[in-house]
Amino acid sequence: MKRTLAVVVSAAALLLSACGSSDSLGGGEDSGSGGGQIVVGSADFSENKILAEIYAGALRNAGLDATTKQNIGAREVVVTALQDGSLGVVPEYSGNLLTFFDKANELTTSEEVYAALGEKTPDGLTVLDKAEAEDKDVLVVTRETAATGIASIEDLAPRCGEFVIGAAGEWETRWKDELAELYGCTFKEFKATDAGGPITVDALKNGESQVANLFTTSADIAANDFVQLADPKNMYPAQNVVPLVRDAAVNDRGRAALNEVSAALTTENLAELVKRVDVDKETPADVAANFLQQNGI
Amino acid sequence: MIFVDVWVWLSDPENWSGAGGIPARVGQHLLYCLAATAFAALIAVPLGLYVGHTGRGGVVLVGGGNAIRALPTLGLVTVLYLVAGGGTVPVLIGLVVLAVPPILAGTYAGVQDVDRGVVDAASGMGMTDAQRLWQVELPNALPLLMGGVRNAMLQVVATASVAAYVGLGGLGRPLLDGLRVLDYGQLVGGALFVALLAVLLDLLLSVVQRLVVPRGLRLAPASAARRRVRRGVDDSSPQKLVATAGQPDSGGSRA
Amino acid sequence: MFADLGKYLGNAGTRAQIADHLVEHVYLSLLPIVFAVLLAVPLGWACHRYRPLRGALIGVANVVYTVPSLALFVIIPAVAGTQILWPGNVIIALTVYTTALLIRPVAEALDAVPDHVVAAATAMGYRPLPRFLTVELPLAVPVLAAGVRVGSVSNISLVSVGAIIGSGGLGVLFTDGFSRRYLAPILVGIVLTLALALVVDLLLVALRRALTPWTRAQGVSVA
Repeated sequence: MKRTLAVVVSAAALLLSACGSSDSLGGGEDSGSGGGQIVVGSADFSENKILAEIYAGALRNAGLDATTKQNIGAREVVVTALQDGSLGVVPEYSGNLLTFFDKANELTTSEEVYAALGEKTPDGLTVLDKAEAEDKDVLVVTRETAATGIASIEDLAPRCGEFVIGAAGEWETRWKDELAELYGCTFKEFKATDAGGPITVDALKNGESQVANLFTTSADIAANDFVQLADPKNMYPAQNVVPLVRDAAVNDRGRAALNEVSAALTTENLAELVKRVDVDKETPADVAANFLQQNGI
Repeated sequence: MIFVDVWVWLSDPENWSGAGGIPARVGQHLLYCLAATAFAALIAVPLGLYVGHTGRGGVVLVGGGNAIRALPTLGLVTVLYLVAGGGTVPVLIGLVVLAVPPILAGTYAGVQDVDRGVVDAASGMGMTDAQRLWQVELPNALPLLMGGVRNAMLQVVATASVAAYVGLGGLGRPLLDGLRVLDYGQLVGGALFVALLAVLLDLLLSVVQRLVVPRGLRLAPASAARRRVRRGVDDSSPQKLVATAGQPDSGGSRA
Repeated sequence: MFADLGKYLGNAGTRAQIADHLVEHVYLSLLPIVFAVLLAVPLGWACHRYRPLRGALIGVANVVYTVPSLALFVIIPAVAGTQILWPGNVIIALTVYTTALLIRPVAEALDAVPDHVVAAATAMGYRPLPRFLTVELPLAVPVLAAGVRVGSVSNISLVSVGAIIGSGGLGVLFTDGFSRRYLAPILVGIVLTLALALVVDLLLVALRRALTPWTRAQGVSVA
């Protein structure tokens, strides 16, 4: 029985590979050397899509041929696509990218992370200038909870035992012990929600959790009057926005244009751009064009 | 190799305890599925019996059932979540909505499928309308009705795992959480449990089906099928399509 | 609500993206149908011809069909050794489902071809393979078409689930809409999915009629 299944599966795979070259599943026409078209990839969340549109627009304004390919997916896939030539540039975040290249990394401050990233990035890829803009993890509480005298994780620590935290499933494995060790904070309960999405926000709003793990550029923080808790011991690593490029795909003119974007991006204006897409329902492309125009890029 | 990762995930005792442990997840998933299917049966069986018995509204029912079969489950659960403003209840309602059509179609087709001669004989023997429904039509409809229930259960097991995307607990959780960080052990391990649960529940319901279907009926279809094949009767008439769609091995809706 | 939909669809870039998703959706859901027919016909024939194989193959098909799609989407790469986030996995998974769905009807349709028809064809000098392709298979088309219609409707709805594992198609509108609490893309996605299922179903009915002219000529079907 098992063998029959294997035959079915492998026959299907064979058929598929036989015609795989002609369909667009691989997604990879050659995005080419310095002179060809540069494909800017993005992950599947609004901010990353906006950044990809901004990069592509900046490259076009510098006289290069650039297009975007949105919703590529997880970092592993994006970096692979960059290395095999399907993509030329992707917007990345310094801390997460460094951890991806170097699992043992323990650096957290902005400068340290960026310096280490320069060393750990594999041959053939380069990280350009970092932006001041950061989209890092942050613990938030409601205004009422904050009013009881909680402004930082240190204030929170003695009362962690009363609270439920809502965060993405991976938060528990990655941060639970770290938080206990660094701040002495152990929550009453961990509730698996999503990565800074509607489920996490709704759980905090309707009291299923009292603390939520969101991200600094999230439009939900201001919209719901949540309070961000300071992280004086730098538990969460810096997450500056950085362009990760394939060396062969982007020439000096293109690099200068991307560096200009990084110079103009701050956490505040990035959060504003995200709000326009997530709350005001504008498209990433429109918001990006507007940003480039305002900053004269 | 992925199976090594799965083994590592499975053999870690930490994954077997607590609110996020495998037994708790299996329990949650089972609870959602049994509750949703039971609720759906409470709605669909009486309705299907009524429509099948009176013959009123059959066309609407078949058409509506087919439309729901084409409904993308991910779209349905996301809409329900957003419209209701979050929570588990709207998602569970979505599960019930998707479980109703297969049971309804199975019940309706089951009653419709009862040999007209048998129904006429029942009336001729002086049975009242209600007696005919409960003593003749319902028992005769049981095989297709149970086929519909099995189909609904598969649909619900599948949709409940998709609904982890909008925050439902159960076995979709390890699958989706594993996906986000590409923890293949957790991802594929979760998927294996979902698959196993679906297969076991279907097996369980097939045993229930054997127990509740009267013995005489189990013998009849076999000879009827042989007769049908010999006579070369067309099996693709609309009514027959509903009937076969009520059986798991001929494909109802899936998620 | 309608104002929201108008604003969403009013943007040319958005419309272009929706069109891309629609095209992806079409090939992700329909390629598996083509592959599955190509697989199910020989497998169904094997079940028809070799009785002992029948129980085993149909048993496996039933179990496969029981496995939920989201689970199969990630188990396939584990079994076949493909990359877990490769969109082709969805095509393989749906091919497996549709094949599982079609094997039994194909076998039964072949069983139902009257013996005297086969005997007549043999007497007319048909060799086994041409006889299968030009006599037995066409007679099985109505049943095959019924199975393909069920498969296409369910595939079109299932492809959306693939958006969770990043495979593209109209399901992307659901994940995008959900993350932004935006109903417009989700509603557009649902309507397009239903419309696509309806259009494909009508096309399949037309195709079946074109392939079985005799059912119209006689006013009865002979499966």
